Amino acid sequence: MTLREIKEILQAEVICGEDSLDTEITFAGGSDLMSDVLAFGKPGILLLTGLSNAQSVRTANIIDAKAIVYVRGKKPDEEGIKLAKEKGIPLLSTKLMMYATCGLLFSHGLPGVSSLSKEQQ
Amino acid sequence: MNEEYILNQNFEITGGDFSNAGKISTSIKEILREIGIDHSIIIRASIAIYEAEMNVVMYARRATLCLNINPEKLHFELKDEGPGIKNIDLAMKEGFSTATDEMREMGFGAGMGLPNIKKNADRFKITSTPGEGTALNMTFCLDKTGKK
Repeated sequence: MTLREIKEILQAEVICGEDSLDTEITFAGGSDLMSDVLAFGKPGILLLTGLSNAQSVRTANIIDAKAIVYVRGKKPDEEGIKLAKEKGIPLLSTKLMMYATCGLLFSHGLPGVSSLSKEQQ
Repeated sequence: MNEEYILNQNFEITGGDFSNAGKISTSIKEILREIGIDHSIIIRASIAIYEAEMNVVMYARRATLCLNINPEKLHFELKDEGPGIKNIDLAMKEGFSTATDEMREMGFGAGMGLPNIKKNADRFKITSTPGEGTALNMTFCLDKTGKK
């Protein structure tokens, strides 16, 4: 599934990375706790989070996340957006809550990080 | 500088500086990428250093992080000045945390940091003196035999 499809499914706004919407996304994970993202996230993940400070982008960069979708209408601060642009990490924002965001993407066939086989990880 | 090293660099981390927390790890990840370190090792090392940097910002007054890279391994030595850890066995348990609300608002303080550093490093050693500080030694092997 591409980021463009994800944008449509979630009725999301693109904060930055408009030119990267054709990026293919193969799995996702949702958490507001960056400790958990660092422990369970995998390179290539689509990160769904309600944490909107710069740590969300720094964490995404550390684990090589493909993009971030902020839930509950959250948007990152200026520093987060600046870093995302520097590192080429697209940022989207949806008004949906975390549960609905995850549910919608899962029902459209996007698996969670825990569904990946050992080889895929 | 020891000729054996291909890189030997020190970084200073300031405790309580939440707005800059994670910047040093971000820089180190870029350095490792530029050197051409294996991608999976970059991810493991970056995660470990980011967790360690966050621990300093959250709990210590200041710290020095020494990064040494030679053809065989990446080695990080982090020494902080701070309250130290009274019970290291407890601190190494997933879920144990003494974090404040401010730390949790940053998305950290879930008690996953030290266990996650240990999980990602090929070799990990922690020593601490309560009232003085904590030292972490993290090694990531670059040769095939030491890879996780």
